[in-house]
Amino acid sequence: MTTTVAHQIMWNRLISIVEEQAQALVRTAFSTSVREAGDLSAGVYDASGRMLAQAVTGTPGHVNAMADAVPHFIADIGIETMRPGDIYLTNDPWKGTGHLHDITVCTPTFHQGALVGFFACTAHVTDIGGRGFGADADSVYEEGLHLPIMRFASEGEVDRTLLQILRANVRAPDQLVGDLFALASCNEIGQRRLVAMLDEFGLANLESVAAFILDNSRRATLERIAALPQGRAKGQMRVDGYSAPVDLVVTVDFEGDRVTCDWTGTSAPDPKGINVPLVYTKAYACYALKCAIAPDIPNNAASLAPFVVTAPEDTIVNAVHPAPVALRHVIGHLVPDTIFAALDQLLPGTVPAEGAGCLCNFQMSVRPVAGAGPKGRRAEVLVFNSGGTGARPGLDGMNATAFPSGVMTMPVEATEQTGPVVIWRKELRADSGGAGRRRGGLGQWMDVGPRAGHEMTLSAMFDRVDHPARGRRGGACGGATVVALDDGTALRGKGRQAVPEGRRALMGFPGGGGYGPAAERDPAQVRRDLALGYITAGTAAEVYGLTEDEITRIEAAARRGELD
Amino acid sequence: MADGIRLGVDIGGTFTDVVLEGAGPRQSTKVLTTYAAPEDAIVEGMHRVCAAAGITVSAIGQIIHGTTLATNALIERRGARTALITTEGFRDVIEMRTESRFEQYDLNLTLPEPLVARHRRYTLRERMDADGGVLIPLARADIEALADDLAHGGYDSIAVGFLHSYVNAAHERLVRDVLAERLPGVMVSLSCEVSPQMREYERFNTTVANAYIKPLMKSYLDRLKTRLRDEGADCPVFLVHSGGGIMDLRTAADFPVRLVESGPAGGAVFAADIAARHGLDRVLSFDMGGTTAKICLIRDQSPKTARVFEVARTYRFKKGSGMPISIPVIDMVEIGAGGGSLAQVDALRQIRVGPESAGSEPGPACYGRGGDRPAVTDADLALGKLDPEGFAGGRIPLDPAAAAAALDRDLGAPLGLDTLEAAHGLAEVVDENMANAARVHAVENGEDLTVYTMIAFGGAAPLHAARLCEKLGIDRCLVPPGAGVGSAIGFLRAPFSFEATRSVFMRMGDFDPAAVAALFAEMAAEARAFVRSCDADAPIGSEHKVYMRYSGQGWEIPVTLDEAEARAPDAATYLARFEAAYAALFGRTVQGMEVEITVWSVNAATPGPPVAPLDPLPDGADMQASLQRDLFDAGSGRVVSAGVHRRADLAAGATALGPALVTEEETTLVVPASRGLRVLADGCIDIHARATP
Repeated sequence: MTTTVAHQIMWNRLISIVEEQAQALVRTAFSTSVREAGDLSAGVYDASGRMLAQAVTGTPGHVNAMADAVPHFIADIGIETMRPGDIYLTNDPWKGTGHLHDITVCTPTFHQGALVGFFACTAHVTDIGGRGFGADADSVYEEGLHLPIMRFASEGEVDRTLLQILRANVRAPDQLVGDLFALASCNEIGQRRLVAMLDEFGLANLESVAAFILDNSRRATLERIAALPQGRAKGQMRVDGYSAPVDLVVTVDFEGDRVTCDWTGTSAPDPKGINVPLVYTKAYACYALKCAIAPDIPNNAASLAPFVVTAPEDTIVNAVHPAPVALRHVIGHLVPDTIFAALDQLLPGTVPAEGAGCLCNFQMSVRPVAGAGPKGRRAEVLVFNSGGTGARPGLDGMNATAFPSGVMTMPVEATEQTGPVVIWRKELRADSGGAGRRRGGLGQWMDVGPRAGHEMTLSAMFDRVDHPARGRRGGACGGATVVALDDGTALRGKGRQAVPEGRRALMGFPGGGGYGPAAERDPAQVRRDLALGYITAGTAAEVYGLTEDEITRIEAAARRGELD
Repeated sequence: MADGIRLGVDIGGTFTDVVLEGAGPRQSTKVLTTYAAPEDAIVEGMHRVCAAAGITVSAIGQIIHGTTLATNALIERRGARTALITTEGFRDVIEMRTESRFEQYDLNLTLPEPLVARHRRYTLRERMDADGGVLIPLARADIEALADDLAHGGYDSIAVGFLHSYVNAAHERLVRDVLAERLPGVMVSLSCEVSPQMREYERFNTTVANAYIKPLMKSYLDRLKTRLRDEGADCPVFLVHSGGGIMDLRTAADFPVRLVESGPAGGAVFAADIAARHGLDRVLSFDMGGTTAKICLIRDQSPKTARVFEVARTYRFKKGSGMPISIPVIDMVEIGAGGGSLAQVDALRQIRVGPESAGSEPGPACYGRGGDRPAVTDADLALGKLDPEGFAGGRIPLDPAAAAAALDRDLGAPLGLDTLEAAHGLAEVVDENMANAARVHAVENGEDLTVYTMIAFGGAAPLHAARLCEKLGIDRCLVPPGAGVGSAIGFLRAPFSFEATRSVFMRMGDFDPAAVAALFAEMAAEARAFVRSCDADAPIGSEHKVYMRYSGQGWEIPVTLDEAEARAPDAATYLARFEAAYAALFGRTVQGMEVEITVWSVNAATPGPPVAPLDPLPDGADMQASLQRDLFDAGSGRVVSAGVHRRADLAAGATALGPALVTEEETTLVVPASRGLRVLADGCIDIHARATP
């Protein structure tokens, strides 16, 4: 076999190994965030900690974070002390993936007596103690237990003391411990495959394969960058923040053989937990740039290197310890839209309008009301949901679809099995897609409440209440987030709030912005939107100019199951 | 049931395969599929094989039929005018899917359209809770009012899916009763019957798919029955389902979604039968045709089964780009790797193969029919695996120069490889793709492939099977005769079977032996009654399974129980079975965790046809090839001189050492330098690793 062909085969094999690793994690995990929603990542590294392949999972936020994580483990543990059977872990927001709820597990792999590489994986756990998952903390100390880089197992022996401390400090100890074991097992499966591959190809280590992967990736990425027009542009976006609006400001520069992205001008950290460690900002910035410039090149140390992301210290996108960071995803998920505002100037006709951006997540802490009797139970129920994506230059936005995050929603039936809650409604929200030549994706309605005999708090993690997704090139804004109780009590977009027994929280999640002027929308598409109920008769008349007769005709046809 | 004369019929995308057994030697034929009236091809094929066997069609005792018509109707969206009735507040479940993107980096992604568009999705005010308690009762008057609206819609078929109906189906059944009164001509599919499992998106989508193809399949099956009778074949007709078992015409017409992928299921049954004949407990079935390859694990002579799969993938066979169908199904991976799969060099200067296929028109470059891009078949030709004059019995002369030109231009030039290296690269990539798919599939099932035997069939499989074995560390591969019509033969080996499933949630801490025994008894009765309706006499066996997990996990693993454990349930035994299965899959159990059962299943089946044991065979002649051909041997990475044998000349017991090529009408078996071959008593060719000196 020629060396080139062998190297190609091994590259493919490594990608397949990390996919297996990720799959094993989904199958064995306990938290619904991992097993139903896919909030996890998995990767393989060479002996010096360079990432060679990463599973394509639901979490672009882990992209660079994972690439940076293993060098931190090497530095803090020390190569010379590593032994077969060791397993390390951390949830350090600044060395892992941005908040205490993500636990990263790293396992050194030995072959023929020598260290040949590492496997690492990350998963979002439902609870890590502290105040519980939400925006309300004033510092990271309140957000839960912080595990610095340390040994989870030494030469195969799991640290029982660590497990005891963990169990004593979290609300769902079985889930957390179960997830830790799942993380450890999935690295183990990766290791088995890697050693088998080295045996099959008669290699002592990964050096030549790593060089091949990294050289090819670097070259392919540089070719893409070389094809870009040189130039610089600024993108800005104002979003809700916790109590005061936040300005995100970025300057993207296509200069020579790299793309830089600097966040000077962005707001200072928020007093509450929506601040972002730089590693997470880098991840979503790289993700946005790669989508537009090099979507088909796999993520590894070399393909990520030409994308340089910087931010002044002590801004909301480069928050430093001990800033509260639990909901770093809220601002982090809005990073791509900010970058797209700049890219639209540099690469016209490439990027979408603004979308819902951050996931529309909330956590419900349910407990029995006084005197509820034996059927009452406590539960922590976390759900992920999505608004609409921004309209694309040639396509409408996607309805209720995660972007930039790629996680899945949990099935309603699975969520209702995990705790005494009822989701009364989960469906598309008419008129929430921003009008335009291409319409923004629709957001969704969600109504939830505790089951009889229970009350709950709802920890809201929403943005775009006061700052809906803006359209691009003449397109209109998407619908803004709305939250209230069914008795009319207004709720805030962020923070923990009570939902008493018998009440429901009514939530409207945001739609994506439109692209191009609404007047240019294909009339057939407008008629279809009306027939399907994506827009109401009012919007059809006022925004798109349909006549009363047309509307009557289309609605009558739709009732007969016909499109006009 | 195996007595008498039986006809197996597989309608595929290109060919309708017909196989006749029980009247002398097996007869088989291929007829081009007749899309407008698929029964035409069946009738033609039936007359052909009957004539060849010298019998009249009235002598046929049973017809077993499988078809891609259901799959194709879903892929091509040629279904009925269908409405969905669902719980108020959940009109968009089938449209919102999992709210995720199946491809992370594509800004211009298009999501698949739901089978039933939004204006044909209706809601009723009703609600069950997660335990099956009624939160909002369903008013009969509401259903009646809705029925009037539906009447104006002129629907042929209606799907009904309510939340938590897998625990309490009362509301769905009430809807059916009212619709039966108000809209008597309209077909109704209930989610509690089509797919009674938790997770609303999968359940609703499966129900909608069923409703969508029901009128079409019912009309086809009715026509087929009449036509066969008119032609003189007035015998029972049975259908093969996705799980590889057989069901009667009426069940097939009620639950046509169970016909999806019945062809590939037949292939797996074919391989399972060969496994049984050769006493093989761990078999990897490898079916490679022109467009895709299908890989399936067969343990103890039964194909692995699953409860969800995805049909009609819209984006490079990518997981998530199709629609989930949750029914009992033979668990296989299908990837875009076949003889016609096309290769190119991507931005990373890597060779990529498939899923785009040259098909039969224009075909690979070497067919000389206008195709100019390199396909897997072009690489196989350049590597010496195929004889340019002998392909398809000499009917399709292959053009080596055209193959070389395509390989040079699209792969060789950009990568600086000569023709042979380019061909080798292409073949290695496609083989590696299939090997990776097999490995991932094995891992998901906790299996170690090195102790497996491969059974290879389908036109392209014999060219690639031995190399795949080298990659997977598999020592032995069987290539059966009749491999070109494997699925249709498999139909004749399929048992009558029915799997009854229930989603009933039970924590081991609340284990209720009496309730469990009653549940199993009820399911066994349901499954056995069905099988009995197909075959009045055969003994019926039952397999009991529970799907278990640690409380808090979302994915269950199957745990098999024996009859006694189902009849006299005992928590400790169930727990022990689960822990053993979990440790085998994932390396270690998780201590101190509550365990729960989510799904229960009973599969009732008639035993397969008796397995003809093979006579032990003395080693026959070591065959000397009369002809030699240059062959690139991927394992050793060099060109070797391979002996060429005609399969027809190889008697039972004959042996030969690799490198060798065995030619037959439709394909060529490649035996690499690392392997030898031996012809077995039933005509299977055994390609095995040569003992290392």
